[in-house]
Amino acid sequence: MRVSFQDAKHLISLVGLFAAAVGVFVILRAAVVPAGFGKYGHYRAGAIDDNRARAVKFAGQGECVYCHDAQLQVRDSGRHKTISCEACHGPQAKHVASDGKEKPAKPDVIPLCLNCHEKDAAKPAFLPQVVKADHYTGTTCSDCHQPHNPKM
Amino acid sequence: MVHAIPGVEGFMYPNEVELQWGLLVVVYPYITGLVAGAFILASLERVFRVEAVKPTYRLALLTALAFLLVAPLPLQLHLGHPERSLEMYLTPHKESAMAMFGFVYLWYLMVVLLVEIWLDYRADIVRRAQSETGLLRIVYRVLTLGSMNISPASLHVDERLGWIMTIVGIPSAFMLHGYVGFLFGSIKANPWWSTPLMPIVFLFSAMVSGIAGVQGIYMFSMWVRKKTIDMRCVDTIGTYLFYAFIIDFSLEMLDLLHRTYESSESFASLDFMVHTRLFTSQIVLQIIVGTLVPLAILAATQVLTLAEQTRKRMYATASVLTLIGIFFMRWNVVIGGQLFSKSFLGYTTYKLEFATREGLLTAGVLMILPLFILWGLVKLLPPWTEETAS
Repeated sequence: MRVSFQDAKHLISLVGLFAAAVGVFVILRAAVVPAGFGKYGHYRAGAIDDNRARAVKFAGQGECVYCHDAQLQVRDSGRHKTISCEACHGPQAKHVASDGKEKPAKPDVIPLCLNCHEKDAAKPAFLPQVVKADHYTGTTCSDCHQPHNPKM
Repeated sequence: MVHAIPGVEGFMYPNEVELQWGLLVVVYPYITGLVAGAFILASLERVFRVEAVKPTYRLALLTALAFLLVAPLPLQLHLGHPERSLEMYLTPHKESAMAMFGFVYLWYLMVVLLVEIWLDYRADIVRRAQSETGLLRIVYRVLTLGSMNISPASLHVDERLGWIMTIVGIPSAFMLHGYVGFLFGSIKANPWWSTPLMPIVFLFSAMVSGIAGVQGIYMFSMWVRKKTIDMRCVDTIGTYLFYAFIIDFSLEMLDLLHRTYESSESFASLDFMVHTRLFTSQIVLQIIVGTLVPLAILAATQVLTLAEQTRKRMYATASVLTLIGIFFMRWNVVIGGQLFSKSFLGYTTYKLEFATREGLLTAGVLMILPLFILWGLVKLLPPWTEETAS
């Protein structure tokens, strides 16, 4: 069968429709994908600067030792020696910057201890673990266990 | 003191106790499988010139489209934040199989299926754009894309291009469902899923479910419309269903045989699971009710000379049982793969909820929704050959 251009003309609309769809996609993509996306990896490059601009919240335990050396010595003599101060006391950059005037909140003892010491089959056996329902006697953990050196 | 968690037996890691992938993740491969299978059945007529299945050609295409439109919904409901799914297209991660699958889906929907349906229906659309009135006339006029040319030469162009689209469509349909199998088969940490056979098993089970689905929908719609079922058509589809099913079953048995003979460290755990928690869904529903019984029925139709009415009943029964069997094959893959611990020392239980975002009710609605869409598509674009002939 002889086919002229006129007989295939309806396909131009079809191709046009696809071209329009691709066009809309390209415009939409340009409009919504943030600038710098993909520059370093599968993320927005500006996110690095945004993070850099955020205020530092942790002081690092090198700062703690200046004033709290006694507590650090107790900690270093026990099983908590690898736990950094701010792991339990929270981020203390403001405390350091204000020369101790900005007082940190006291840790909420029972939930804090249970973060690590609640019984869980997936935790390694060397980690002392308790079942709160069986172990709790109405006092707080720190009544019996000195937190900086938890040996009883 | 040992704290027993209800439904958990032996040792489970904490993140294994509750299943992350529920019923909707079962429904997802089931629906995409029906799409791929229905399309492959349609391509039989088009590419391989199997004239006998012509009465189901258009119905199969519309079935594929109806189910394909619903296919992303289970995943979007499962993940939440459906508006984020667009990001898969805007900023796709080249290393993510799922992101690349989004493009396979888009290609299959936009380029293969819609174009093929448009080309095939164009003459009907133009005729209806001229004969209908009111809103329907506008709808059909939009669907003509501005061209009223249905000269024999232009229809010849459609026919040739449609044929090319079907040729392109077959590997696309294979990719569409092979990819779903690939997603599971490539999860190397899970011995229930991790097998290179998975994409091929998924593909053949997709063909089986799609063929059975179209067979069932065709027979049901003929019954509703009080029209005569084309026996040559259903006999031929029955034969193809039988062949595809034998290949599918052989592949699954090959996988089972391989696992049993290899007896890797996970085998005892998986074997225990199949004999206990998966016994009903795997042995009873998938293998016996959903595979062996329909295979026996289909085999009987191949070797025995049976009355027309008997054959109709047998095909209908085989189609329904096949669809049940393939559904439970998906169930056993998705749910089964999460019931055992990666320590191979424990088992958990899947708790199916009812009226929740990922519950039974939602899954039921998602399974029925494509049938409503199909009903609408059939009203808009009637696939019946007798009407086209008139």
